[in-house]
Amino acid sequence: MSSDNENSIKFSSMRRKLLMGMAALPAAPLLSSAGLFSTPAYAQAPATAAVNTTGLAVTDTEVTVGILHSVTGTMAISETGSVQAEKLAIDQINAAGGVLGRKIKYIQEDGASDWPTFAEKAKKLLVNDKVAAVMGCWTSASRKAVLPVFEQYNGMLYYPTFYEGLEQSKNVIYTGQEATQQILAGLDWVQKTKNGKTFYLIGSDYIWPRTSMKIARKHIEGHLKDSSVVGEEYFPLGHTQFNSVINKIKLKKPDVIYAAVVGGSNVAFYKQLKAAGIDLSKQTLLTISVTEDEIDGIGGENFAGAYSCMKYFQSLDNPNNKEFVAAFKKMWGEKTVIGDVTQAAYLGPWLWKLTVEKAGSFDIDKIAAASAGIEFTKAPEGYVKIHPNHHLWSKTRVGQAQPDGQFKVVFETPDLIEPDPFPKGYQ
Amino acid sequence: MTIPAPKSGRTFFLRPQDLIGIIVLAILLLVVLPLALDNFRLQFVGKYLTYAFVALGLVLCWGYAGILSLGQGVFFGLGGYCMAMYLKLEASSVENTKIQSTPGIPDFMDWNQITSLPWFWEPFRSFGFTTLAVVVVPALFALILGYALFKRRVGGVYFAIITQALAAIMTILIVGQQGYTGGINGITDLRSLHGWDIRTDSAKTILYFVCVGLLLGCILLAYYVKSSKLGRILVAMRDKEDRVRFSGYDVSSFKIFVFCLAASLSAIGGAMFTLQVGFMSPSFVGIVPSIEMVIYTAVGGRLSILGAIYGTLLVNWAKTSFSESFPELWLFGLGGLFIAVVLIFPNGLAGLWQSYVAPRLGPLFGGAAKRRAAPPSASPPASGPVAPAAAE
Repeated sequence: MSSDNENSIKFSSMRRKLLMGMAALPAAPLLSSAGLFSTPAYAQAPATAAVNTTGLAVTDTEVTVGILHSVTGTMAISETGSVQAEKLAIDQINAAGGVLGRKIKYIQEDGASDWPTFAEKAKKLLVNDKVAAVMGCWTSASRKAVLPVFEQYNGMLYYPTFYEGLEQSKNVIYTGQEATQQILAGLDWVQKTKNGKTFYLIGSDYIWPRTSMKIARKHIEGHLKDSSVVGEEYFPLGHTQFNSVINKIKLKKPDVIYAAVVGGSNVAFYKQLKAAGIDLSKQTLLTISVTEDEIDGIGGENFAGAYSCMKYFQSLDNPNNKEFVAAFKKMWGEKTVIGDVTQAAYLGPWLWKLTVEKAGSFDIDKIAAASAGIEFTKAPEGYVKIHPNHHLWSKTRVGQAQPDGQFKVVFETPDLIEPDPFPKGYQ
Repeated sequence: MTIPAPKSGRTFFLRPQDLIGIIVLAILLLVVLPLALDNFRLQFVGKYLTYAFVALGLVLCWGYAGILSLGQGVFFGLGGYCMAMYLKLEASSVENTKIQSTPGIPDFMDWNQITSLPWFWEPFRSFGFTTLAVVVVPALFALILGYALFKRRVGGVYFAIITQALAAIMTILIVGQQGYTGGINGITDLRSLHGWDIRTDSAKTILYFVCVGLLLGCILLAYYVKSSKLGRILVAMRDKEDRVRFSGYDVSSFKIFVFCLAASLSAIGGAMFTLQVGFMSPSFVGIVPSIEMVIYTAVGGRLSILGAIYGTLLVNWAKTSFSESFPELWLFGLGGLFIAVVLIFPNGLAGLWQSYVAPRLGPLFGGAAKRRAAPPSASPPASGPVAPAAAE
């Protein structure tokens, strides 16, 4: 952990007030000599008044952003990776000269896996700290809780998780995939290569799995030839008894188990599948919710052979990703794994930097307008581009889990897939 | 908010020191905090105060009547959801929701393939019905539960466990029926009350004062109950239930009454919470928040009406400020605070007040007031929060 940074944040607001107070007193005598004494480190930096017309926390040398994830509570295990990726990106941007000649400083807040706390902290970051952007949130519930806050106080949120779609906001950039991007290509692939005709849908019971399964069902029944859904079941978050559904699976013998089980339930689900004698190297299982982070908990041997469908795997073989993985491990330790959302979180600060520089301003309205068309060629997942609907164009990949907890990429869409948060015919 | 002036020291339901305590609290909430805090922090205090309604109910129910409910979050949630349903319907006008497949219904229903408004949502279009429902629905719920349990003489720890189970059931029900309740996301994006935008800073300030006004009203009600014959029966029941029963009182009816009262108080808090925070979710209904609410009461002192209010404010303030300063360590700090409460001051803040501060203040002004029979308002305390029930 960069302790310098931490310290500077703790005292930042107080220091800001002190500085303002101090500046007020001796301002007059200094004014005449200001030209002589000011030796700007970033000579090319445009004047603060010009790039910040709405009173954000931007000084001549610094700009403050917020990081808002759960570092305590049940979601901490998933969100920690995002925090690490965002800090890495901020460090790298600072090392490369910052944003519009200003160093990025961050204020980190804990959402504590509690949606109202997310709303409270979002408000604090926007109203009190006046941060120029917030990288944060993970679950749909936390995003839904903060969304009205961001719209009311006109903030900018970079949201990293793959999610259910059905949303589009001027104040959010969605750096993960929306449901159709993640689901359709994977289903097409599994039908073609695995000859999947019958599907059994299993998910946790909340908005993301439900919406995803709705889209999957419409695609299977409407667009795939001779395919059908033979079962669809949902379980409460944190559920750990999957024996009854496993028995039903054994009875129905679906070609494909299609799973969107999240969090701790994953561990129970895959262990019980294995204990029930379902061998994932013979039974095709395609999931949209298991990244390298989850395998850490499930255990590579319990999940080996299954397929995961998302846009990023740590094992992607391209120069950007190799650089990213090396930098990430250098900063956070050899043992860390990088999942899909972690990579998407890494995109947030970079996309924001590129957008600010294109807009030539930190103003929220200007970066919201400038976001469409922003391209990031150094993304670990490859090239990405922001669509006018504030989602990313991205490729979809299918990876097969290996016993060591990594994925072997077995399929990749040839082109970037257009994000479509309100898919016609799938609602 | 005006506090009725006492007619005479004896027949009036407030003792002089109680009245002083209430006045000090009123000054703190209505004058000191609004002046000392910026709008942003004041809104937090407004949010904390909504939990104080629950703590108030717990003082009556747990402190005086000895019924420990670990499911007060259920009633907080019921009140909050009633209000949220009204606000959500208002926010889901046809023009606001025209991108949905079925315009005019709340957005989460549309995501869950529901195409018409469920029947039990319909009455919540009326503000009058909603206000009534906020108080009546939880009370009715508590009545059914209380009737089923207290008439069968289920009490003590068994009652606590059942209420806790209830909190869990309620959460699972809300999460599972997401088409009707918004599921784990809750009911979000609430905008206006009768056309009045509740998201603006001025609206939040007004809601803060409404909340404080309601809270002071509820505090007076609690004092009234406490000092009435009913209140004394409750205490007697807590200490020696059989004796009260053998004296001819129907113990269960008293228990049901105080449980319903606590439920309604919690629900008012829940409704104010929804109005001020702008959403309601199952995370306020479950076991953890319900127990947290008991902790607020314990920190403040479960025998003290005003102590519970201060306890709620203190714990929530600590929670917010610890978590801002030490995002990765704050839970330890909060845990330390709770351990300290149990080990060092088991009767909470009010206990500290009674054993350390009040005895020193007693001869100064409590005794003097008695001797000279001076009107209580003539000798306001010098400073600091005043916990109630100062020494006799």
